[in-house]
Amino acid sequence: MSENQVPEELQESAVTEAAKLGIGTDEWVAQHEERIARKKGIKGLPQLINESIPAWARWGVLLLISCAFGAFVDNQYLLRIGVNLGLFVMLSYGLNIVMGYAGLLDLGYVAFYGIGAYGYALMSSEQIGHHWSTWLTVLIIIIGTALLGYIVSLPSRRLFGDYLAIVTLFFGQVFVQLVLASDNITFPWADDYVDITAGANGIPGIDPFSFFGHKFLNIRDYYWLLLVLVALLTIAVSRVNRTRIGRAWRTIREDALAAESMGVMVNRLKTMAFVTGAAIAGLAGAIFAAMQTAVFVSGFDMPLMTMIYAAVILGGSGSLAGAVMGAIVMSVLPEVLRVTNYSEILFLAVLILTLAAVGKSVKRFIFNIVGIAIIGFIVKILLGAASIKTTPTKEWVVGPVSRALSHWMYVPLDRVLWGNSAFVILIVLIAYFTTTTPRIKAILLPIIGYLGIFLWEVRLITDVNTTRQLLIGAMLVVLMITRPQGFLGKARVEVL
Amino acid sequence: MSEKKPLLEISNIDTYYGAIHILQQVNLRVDEGELVCLLGGNACGKSTTLKTVLGMVKPKVGKIIFAGQDVTHQNTPARVKLGMAVVPENRRLFAPMTVLENLKIGAYVRGEAAEEDLERVYDLFPKLKERSSQLAGTLSGGEQQMVAVGRALMSHPRLILMDEPSMGLAPKLVEQSFEMIANLHSQGVSMLIVEQNANMALSVADRGYVLQTGRIVLEGEAKELAGHEELRRAYLGR
Repeated sequence: MSENQVPEELQESAVTEAAKLGIGTDEWVAQHEERIARKKGIKGLPQLINESIPAWARWGVLLLISCAFGAFVDNQYLLRIGVNLGLFVMLSYGLNIVMGYAGLLDLGYVAFYGIGAYGYALMSSEQIGHHWSTWLTVLIIIIGTALLGYIVSLPSRRLFGDYLAIVTLFFGQVFVQLVLASDNITFPWADDYVDITAGANGIPGIDPFSFFGHKFLNIRDYYWLLLVLVALLTIAVSRVNRTRIGRAWRTIREDALAAESMGVMVNRLKTMAFVTGAAIAGLAGAIFAAMQTAVFVSGFDMPLMTMIYAAVILGGSGSLAGAVMGAIVMSVLPEVLRVTNYSEILFLAVLILTLAAVGKSVKRFIFNIVGIAIIGFIVKILLGAASIKTTPTKEWVVGPVSRALSHWMYVPLDRVLWGNSAFVILIVLIAYFTTTTPRIKAILLPIIGYLGIFLWEVRLITDVNTTRQLLIGAMLVVLMITRPQGFLGKARVEVL
Repeated sequence: MSEKKPLLEISNIDTYYGAIHILQQVNLRVDEGELVCLLGGNACGKSTTLKTVLGMVKPKVGKIIFAGQDVTHQNTPARVKLGMAVVPENRRLFAPMTVLENLKIGAYVRGEAAEEDLERVYDLFPKLKERSSQLAGTLSGGEQQMVAVGRALMSHPRLILMDEPSMGLAPKLVEQSFEMIANLHSQGVSMLIVEQNANMALSVADRGYVLQTGRIVLEGEAKELAGHEELRRAYLGR
C-alpha cells in the first residue's frame, strides 16, 4: 500500500458525503423541470392559457369571433376599429418576420407602409390623374415595396443591431421628407413646377378597391378582405417558420456567425426577411389608402412605428399569436380608452393587478387594499375638517365606478392645483420606493396606490388624451417588468 | 500509406487580420478517414487556421483544396455544402431553440433534415433524444457538446473541424469528449481538431501539427509527437 492511498472506510464516507452535498450532480440540469414549471398566480396565467388550449383551437375561436364581428356588427365606427386592427396585425406580422425571426432592428419599417399607401394613392386618384385597375396597382405595389426592401436590406449585410437601426431610421425619415418636399419640383426643361405628392396636404379622393366590377364602398368589404388576408398570412408565416428557412432566420437572430458556419446563407436570408416584411407592409398600406380614401404623410412617421414595435414586443417577439395580441392591445385599447368610464375601470383594474403582482401574497394584497381604503377615509376626514371646498359630485362622476368611489373620495374644488401636487408627490414617492428597504416599501405601497387613484379621479379623468398615453405606457412598463419576454414570448436562456 | 487520398490540403497559406500577419506559410493535410490534431499555445493561430479552412477568413496567399476541389475563393456555405462541418469553439449552440431545431439546422445545406439522420445522432447520443424538445441553452456543458457534435454530423460531413473540444468542460467531461471523438474516428469520420490540451489530443489522433506564432514548427505521427522532447517541455508540462 503506497502512502497516498486513502483507507477504504474513509473513501466510502467521502462518497456518502459527496452524495449528501450533491457533488457530481448538475443542479442546474436537475432543476430544469422545476425552473420551467408554471409560475404561480397572475404571473403564470399567460403560460396556463398557452398550455391548456391547443393552438388550432385558439386560432379557430379567434377566427369565429372575427367572422361573427364582420357578419353581425353594423356600427361603422366599430367596423373601422376592426379594419384598423386587421392592418395592425398585418404590420405586426411583417415586423415579426424582420425583427422577431431574423432579429433585424428595422426602424424604417413603417416607411414601406407609407410607400404602399402613397403608391396606391398616386396610381388611383386625380393627383396625377391615373386610375389604374386595382389588380395592377396592388401588384405593382407588392413588387415595388419588395424591391425597395431588397435595396434597404443591402446595408444589413454588413450591419448589426443598433447600426442597422440607424441606417433604417434614416430610410424612414428620407421617405417622410421626400413626400413632404415632392409637391414643388422644378425640372430644367419645364417652366412650371410639378406637384407629385401634394406635400403635407396629403392626397384626397383616392379610388376604393374594385375587384371584378365590385367596388369596395362599404367598410365591411375591407374588413372581410383583411380577415382573409390575415388568415392566409397566419397560415403562411407559421408554415414558413417551421421550415428550414424559419429555423435559419432564428439562428441568424441568435448568432449570425455560428449560423454561417453551419452553412446558412446569412445574407440571402436577411434579404428574404426584409423583402417579405416590406411586401406585407406595402400591401397593408395600399389597403389603408383605399379604405381611408385619403393619405397624409404624418400618419407614416415615428408614432406609428413605435406603436407597431410596442405591439410586437408586448405580444412577445417571434410569436405570431403574440403579434395578434399586441396588435389588439395597441389598436383597440386606445379606442376603448376614449370613453372615460371604460378607462376608469381599466385604470383601477391595472392598479389592482399591479398591487397583486407586487404584493406576491394574498395577505399583502389585502393589506394594501385595506390600507388604501383607510388612507382614503383619513384624507376625507382631514380635508373635510380643514373645510377645503369640494367639487360637486355631479361634475366629476363619469360612470358607476366613480359613483361608487364618490362616497370615499374627496375631490377638492381646485382640481388642477391638487392634482398637480399629487402628481409631484407620487413621482417622488415612486422614485423613493424603488430604492428603499422592504419594510418602508410595504408602508409606501398603499400610499402610492391611493395617490394614484386620487390623481386619476381629480386630474387625469378630465384629460382623456394624456390619460390614454399614460395608461398604455404604464401598462407596458408593468408588463415588461413582470414578463420581459412579452406576453406570449419565450423566455430567453443563456448558454453558460 | 500511399493508398490514402488527401481530403483536405492547404498549401502555403498566409492569412492577415488587417496588417497583422497571422498565418505564415502554413501547410497542412488531412487524409480520408484520418484524425489530425493541430496543437499550439495561446494566440499562435490555431483558430485562425480553422477559420481559414472553413472560409470565415480569407487567406492572402495560398491554396485550399478540399475533396478534390479548389475552395480557396468559395464562401463558407459553399464549403459546408461540399462536406465540411464545424464544432465551434464554446459550441455556440442556438440557446433559445430546442435541441431538435439545433440538430436540424446542421442539415440546413441538405434541405429538410431526414429522419434517419436524426436517428443516427440519437443512436450515438441517446440522451439527446430525451431532451430533444428542451431548449439548448438549458443543457449541461457535456450535453451541449453532444448537441454541437450531433449538429455537425447532421450534414453528412466528409470532414469535421473541431475547435477546442475541451474548452469550458470539467476534466471528466473532457475525457468523455475525447472518447466520443475516438469513437467517431473509429467509424471512419475524418477530423481536424484544434486543441490546447496536447496530451488528450495526441492520445486519439493519427497525426499532429504544432503551430507556433503562425508557423508550423513540428509535424508527424501522433505517437512520435507525444514522445518528442521539445514538445513535451513546451506543451505537455512534463
